[in-house]
Amino acid sequence: MSGHSTFEPKNPALKWFESRLPLVGLIHSSFVAYPTPRNLNYWWTFGGILSLMLVCQIVSGVVLAMHYTPHITLAFDSVEHIMRDVSYGWLIRYIHANGASMFFIAVYIHMFRGLYYGSYKAPREVLWILGCIIYLLMMATAFMGYVLPWGQMSFWGATVITNLFSAFPVVGPTIVEWLWGGFSVDNATLNRFFSLHYLLPFMIAGVVVLHVWALHVVGQNNPTGVEPKSAKDTVPFTPYATIKDGFGMVCFLIFFAWFLFYIPNYLGHADNYIPANPLVTPAHIVPEWYYLPFYAMLRAVPDKLGGVLTMFGAIIVLFFVPWLDTSKVRSGVYRPLFKQFFWIWVAVCIGLGWLGAKPAEGGYVIAGRILTIYYFAHFLIILPLLGLFEKPKAVPASITEAVLGKNRGAAPASAGVSTPQTKG
Amino acid sequence: MTGSRGKETIVAATETAGTTRRDFLYIATGAMGAVGAAALVWPFVSQLQPDASVLALSTTEVDLSQVAEGQMVTVKWRGKPVFVWNRTPDDIAKAKATELSALLDPVARNANLAADAPATDENRAGEGHEKWLVVIGICTHLGCVPIGHSGEYEGWFCPCHGSEYDTAGRVRRGPAPTNLDIPPYQFVSDTTISIG
Amino acid sequence: MSTTMSFRSASFRSSLLRPLAVAALAFGLAAPALAAEGAPKPPREEWSFAGPFGTFDQGQLQRGFQVFKEVCASCHSAHLFSFRNLAQPGGPSFSEAQAKTVAEEYQVQDGPNDAGDMFDRPGRLSDRWPSPFPNEQAARASNGGAYPPDFSTLAKARTYEVGFPGFLIDILTQYQENGVDYIHALLVGYEEPPEGFALPEGAHYNKYFPGHAIKMPQPISDGQVTYSDGSPETTDQYSRDVTAFMMWMAEPHLEARKRIGFQVMIFLIIFAGLLYFTKKKVWKSAGH
Repeated sequence: MSGHSTFEPKNPALKWFESRLPLVGLIHSSFVAYPTPRNLNYWWTFGGILSLMLVCQIVSGVVLAMHYTPHITLAFDSVEHIMRDVSYGWLIRYIHANGASMFFIAVYIHMFRGLYYGSYKAPREVLWILGCIIYLLMMATAFMGYVLPWGQMSFWGATVITNLFSAFPVVGPTIVEWLWGGFSVDNATLNRFFSLHYLLPFMIAGVVVLHVWALHVVGQNNPTGVEPKSAKDTVPFTPYATIKDGFGMVCFLIFFAWFLFYIPNYLGHADNYIPANPLVTPAHIVPEWYYLPFYAMLRAVPDKLGGVLTMFGAIIVLFFVPWLDTSKVRSGVYRPLFKQFFWIWVAVCIGLGWLGAKPAEGGYVIAGRILTIYYFAHFLIILPLLGLFEKPKAVPASITEAVLGKNRGAAPASAGVSTPQTKG
Repeated sequence: MTGSRGKETIVAATETAGTTRRDFLYIATGAMGAVGAAALVWPFVSQLQPDASVLALSTTEVDLSQVAEGQMVTVKWRGKPVFVWNRTPDDIAKAKATELSALLDPVARNANLAADAPATDENRAGEGHEKWLVVIGICTHLGCVPIGHSGEYEGWFCPCHGSEYDTAGRVRRGPAPTNLDIPPYQFVSDTTISIG
Repeated sequence: MSTTMSFRSASFRSSLLRPLAVAALAFGLAAPALAAEGAPKPPREEWSFAGPFGTFDQGQLQRGFQVFKEVCASCHSAHLFSFRNLAQPGGPSFSEAQAKTVAEEYQVQDGPNDAGDMFDRPGRLSDRWPSPFPNEQAARASNGGAYPPDFSTLAKARTYEVGFPGFLIDILTQYQENGVDYIHALLVGYEEPPEGFALPEGAHYNKYFPGHAIKMPQPISDGQVTYSDGSPETTDQYSRDVTAFMMWMAEPHLEARKRIGFQVMIFLIIFAGLLYFTKKKVWKSAGH
């Protein structure tokens, strides 16, 4: 994926194969010889962590599907059957349920990292947009997955979210009926959600391949935002990035295991241990935590269509960030004002998440409106203007200079480790 | 995932052939990753085995008082058909008259007896209840369900590939390699058996 | 929001579903309705199964099963619970013979037989716990319109609002006993209604029930169940025991989960340590 491979097989059988399908060469150039900026920090390990989580979710999900029954009379009991009777079923189901949350924690860190270090800026716009598509697919997948246990929150979450589409004029009600395959969330809905929940992760995997491909074409960004200029600026992916990613992954797994083994129901809703009842709505419908900021925006707008558009707009606006940010400097490290606004924006997102869990009444709604306006203002007003008015700090001439500047007195990079590289 | 990373590290280490302490660290890390990967695989393999609710269902009771002489009933045990046959004296006599040397499979295949028990009618029929024959209704060739009271030997005939079984469920002709299996069962009373 | 929750006609039918509904929580942030109604937070009790090394107290589970069987099970179903569970590891640890004896005390419908009729036979280990009512409607009809909730997952289906910053601290302290604390509090929370509280017909005042008006009369009182192991025969002890039993019923593999969790944690921490030093060694040559 990173262009010409330096891989030259010695084994005659491998040579024969490589001249017909250069598969090993592709892997070698993508994950072994691939030049990585030497100054990546641990926020850059989340790409690898996300790959791990995708594999984890697909493997555990395929196994769960072996025991799960997508029928309204059996779905709840079949999930409990997994929890009770299937060998290690409880473990696999908790891996999958908590894994979804871990996936989102990782993806949010990954996105915040991209936004802070300007990883969306030219030439990485396509890379960024592919990431946004993955995020959208993740949201759809997680939503449909949450419906499958057919508990109270599954049912009412499905009802509320599908009803969002009824806000669209003229076609809205028809869209909703077609989503349901009936006149309410029912067996047809559960069946199709199961089918799509199984399909979408493989679409995510497909877009991830494009995302990684795009990454290997343009190369990784790094904390300085300065492109690698010489071989000294990079190290080969293996072993340097692999071992660092491996360490990051295992640390993340410790965090995951804490939830998985000790508080596996903390991130879920107690209501979902009650079988779905179409006649009784829980008093307080709350989506999963990773949707809460968007849920707050939905409720902040007093108009039905307006709320839905605002909510979708909050994600759509991310697609345009590469062009909304007018700054010549890529990394937030050298942008004193941007840095402050970035953290304000992070706080706003967390605040919206907090409000999403609160009832839509009184001061919460007003606060929700203010934060929603700020969320959009950050992208539509602050980012474009910052680029025009901000006075960035001096950007280092190269990655090596930045690294040496930080570790004064450290041994200079030995020429032996960095193999000659051509970018792209 | 991390396991393979570890191995790559080992490769890198052997190339530099540095100090033994560094080698030890790399090997330990790689080994740890391999152990972790292996341990992680186990639950995903283990979940394939029959689950606790299936295992709990593995006993079936059959009321024999409803089965008339000469009648053969089929009950389900672990999802498989089990033939329970109330044999007539004539059926029993035929089975007893057959020499062991005439059998294709001389072993009883009775889960309640030793693995090498000979396939005499005594060893095939119910213990102390010789008129009852209880066999798993699955042809030992490729798993079809044979048809009762048919074939030259008046036991079973398998429509799939023509295997024939006698009145003690022993294979007499055709591709089936062994006699019909006898499931583990016992007489709870004179009129009730418990299979499994 | 909370005022619409007040006790009225048909909406009360769901009253037993309501506590968790009200206390629905995402990050424990949700449902100020609970606070608005003045239901106090249940006190946090000591449970043998809490914490990273928690295990069930087998004697307690056996007593809890006795309370469930003799008291609760006359109204509450437990449709995911099988007799065989009584003898499985990590539970009350009855012997298989004991579990069989329990099963045989119950008549279970089976069939159809060869005549096409359904018939009753003594229970077997593989049978599910028989429900006291044939369906939800029958259960409501016998209980003044309220549906006694199924016990199978109830201990995980109940919770209460923790609030900020408690919900963050709960991550660190591994607090997962929201459900059992609530249920225990509810069972001992029956009181005389305060002055001026309009208690609806057929309802009972409970300190911890959201809205306070619960259809279930005080289910158990001192001395109602005779313990054979000398444990105190008090309402408090009964409710602790049956609540622990409900936790096990809702999470039968809790012990295995915590045991395996500890092994995984130890493994991951050592592995992370090795990776850290390996990473340092590898990066040394990069002069970083």
